[in-house]
Amino acid sequence: FLGAGGGNDIQWCFSQVKGAVDDDVAEADIISTVEFNHSGELLATGDKGGRVVIFQQEQENKTQSHSRGEYNVYSTFQSHEPEFDYLKSLEIEEKINKIRWLPQKNAAQFLLSTNDKTIKLWKISERDKRPEGYNLKEEDGRYRDPTTVTTLRVPVFRPMDLMVEASPRRIFANAHTYHINSISINSDYETYLSADDLRINLWHLEITDRSFNIVDIKPANMEELTEVITAAEFHPNSCNTFVYSSSKGTIRLCDMRASALCDRHSKLFEEPEDPSNRSFFSEIISSISDVKFSHSGRYMMTRDYLSVKIWDLNMENRPVETYQVHEYLRSKLCSLYENDCIFDKFECCWNGSDRQRYFLPSPPCSIVMTGSYNNFFRMFDRNTKRDITLEASRENNKPRTVLKPRKVCASGKRKKDEISVDSLDFNKKILHTAWHPKENIIAVATTNNLYIFQDKMN
Amino acid sequence: MECTLDAQSLISISLRKIHSSRTQRGGIKLHKNLLVSYVLRNARQLYLSERYAELYRRQQHYPDGAPLLAMPACPPPPAAASPPELAGLPLPADTPEREARSCAAVRGGAELLEVPVCAAVPAELQRAPCRDSSPGFYRAAGSAGPGGGGGNGGAAPGPLYAAGCDFGGGGAPHCSSRTTVLDLDTHVVTTVENGYLHQDCCSQCPCCCQPAPGLASPPPAPGTKRKYYPGQEEEEEEGVEEGEPGGGGVAGGPPFAPCTKRARFEEYSAEHPQDSSNISNLISIFGSGFTGLVSRQQADTEQPLNGQLCSKQALASLGAWTRAIVAF
Repeated sequence: FLGAGGGNDIQWCFSQVKGAVDDDVAEADIISTVEFNHSGELLATGDKGGRVVIFQQEQENKTQSHSRGEYNVYSTFQSHEPEFDYLKSLEIEEKINKIRWLPQKNAAQFLLSTNDKTIKLWKISERDKRPEGYNLKEEDGRYRDPTTVTTLRVPVFRPMDLMVEASPRRIFANAHTYHINSISINSDYETYLSADDLRINLWHLEITDRSFNIVDIKPANMEELTEVITAAEFHPNSCNTFVYSSSKGTIRLCDMRASALCDRHSKLFEEPEDPSNRSFFSEIISSISDVKFSHSGRYMMTRDYLSVKIWDLNMENRPVETYQVHEYLRSKLCSLYENDCIFDKFECCWNGSDRQRYFLPSPPCSIVMTGSYNNFFRMFDRNTKRDITLEASRENNKPRTVLKPRKVCASGKRKKDEISVDSLDFNKKILHTAWHPKENIIAVATTNNLYIFQDKMN
Repeated sequence: MECTLDAQSLISISLRKIHSSRTQRGGIKLHKNLLVSYVLRNARQLYLSERYAELYRRQQHYPDGAPLLAMPACPPPPAAASPPELAGLPLPADTPEREARSCAAVRGGAELLEVPVCAAVPAELQRAPCRDSSPGFYRAAGSAGPGGGGGNGGAAPGPLYAAGCDFGGGGAPHCSSRTTVLDLDTHVVTTVENGYLHQDCCSQCPCCCQPAPGLASPPPAPGTKRKYYPGQEEEEEEGVEEGEPGGGGVAGGPPFAPCTKRARFEEYSAEHPQDSSNISNLISIFGSGFTGLVSRQQADTEQPLNGQLCSKQALASLGAWTRAIVAF
């Protein structure tokens, strides 16, 4: 069990599960991204069918202090449609690759969603009142004959059933030749970046017909291509700093003040490869699938196929911590290559911003989470160095049921309750996880279901 | 880490992935193909090093060089590793629509496909001449000089994309003795058949789906792109061993070593009359553009791909084109 600063362990309990129960998964229902908004009140998912579903947390019930509000569907809309590029004879998938929320400035909520080619800014607004009592219009909309009007009244707002509307406010298109893998909103809340395999573009949220290319790693001769960009993110505090990771396992930190085109990095983070681990698949498993800054901006976390690494921005030559997610897969890389699982792109996330809940002089809780196969997901406590493996499954369906830790038996005699590597279901993978920005609430996406877990309060 | 698959199987699996990625929704995934090309390269390096070790061993045994022309047969592909899927691979010359699409994909390819050049080929050869045992015609590609025609111009000289070679014995019913090469800048398709050169220009018909009857066009003047001239081979046949590194792979050396091709061709036909080099066909699918295939393959008798894999040439020629495939 993990320690949460001060020796209080987090016990994770099942809270809710969203999605179809069928074993037969419709491809369009496959969840492709999960993201909490800045307050944690809203939780957005994107799927392969191009839809966005937003859940809203109920207001906390003061009488039921032992559980937090449930998440219920708030809004559903079709963000992207499949397109066909006639010039190149290519189909453009509608799958939502990433969703990023903007901080709330007024009553409406805004988010960016992207597929392979186009980014869209969506406004999600509520309508719970409507005006009634017009003088010249009937309630059903017909116009009244002005000559029949004998008195005047002031129209008033009357409550109506809540309607949540999503409307696309900006469409940022035609700026990416390759497949977009990341979007990241700058801390200035005015600009954002989008990254594809070879280029990173900088946009202004208000301007759709122009973007600035700030990174371009396309070689003059494509034959010389050796690496692609796999993820990119702005620094949480410095609006001039961003990082991007590569398929070669490197991370480059760039400063936009240095030059207009940030092809030359300010820092290069790379860990030398362990020659004893060399295999046919070394290049594949070193490819970084996700990079996330810590809330403070002092650290960043990267995910490659087998591990999670924590980097100190002040030290480029190696990570400060490395956590093995599923090292038992190292001897199975051949089969994982054959069945394409080795190309799975796992994401990772940090726990919410530190909240000193208990007045104890202990380091703030710092936990990182990432997914694995067999619907397992893993958490690593950076302070206690303890880790836990949990499973997202409908078998633990009762709310407030504490999840039982799981263990994979790599070799040798399998103990009771352990699962052997060969029984793992590689079709059940958890690629996307998200942690509530303030509370110990996590959203874990299996193939087509979204699980919500909370810590057991009291 | 032990791998349960040998290098050959890995190569065929990787090629299959690259091939199937072309028909996946959403277009070619550059990242995945790049990673697959790394596996291809690693497997090829292992395969080649095993071959050289074998060569070296034999050389120790027979120091007079006699058996060099009778290289041990390519180890028969493990039966388990011949993916039945490859046997069922349809040749792209199936439907005109598909060709139209593919043609559009190849050329309009614009940014996404960008393949260029086989300037890639010579580039890589120059970088690591000893590692690359690509047959001689790749070198020819590099030094044949700038290709004729404007096309998209501007690229490195002699941008030939050398497709695989599906050499077969003269009498082999289902091995064509043609090699198709597409210049991706000028879109000139060049084919060598039985030692005779044919050249078609498909830049005039962008969608190029009609079978070009141009099989009978005369060989181009020297200095333009060419595969090999049988005449030239005769003199050089004797002294040159198979184009292994250390043998003929000198960067900037003789620009043209057609004899290596011929030598291999001969012994290949002697020993593998039935090999239909699926890998080579795959290479052709990638590299020659569908126009080339349409015009060539239709003239062929229908030759089903049998499940056999990994002709020696195919594996040896894996050198430079892997990256091109990635970009492709």
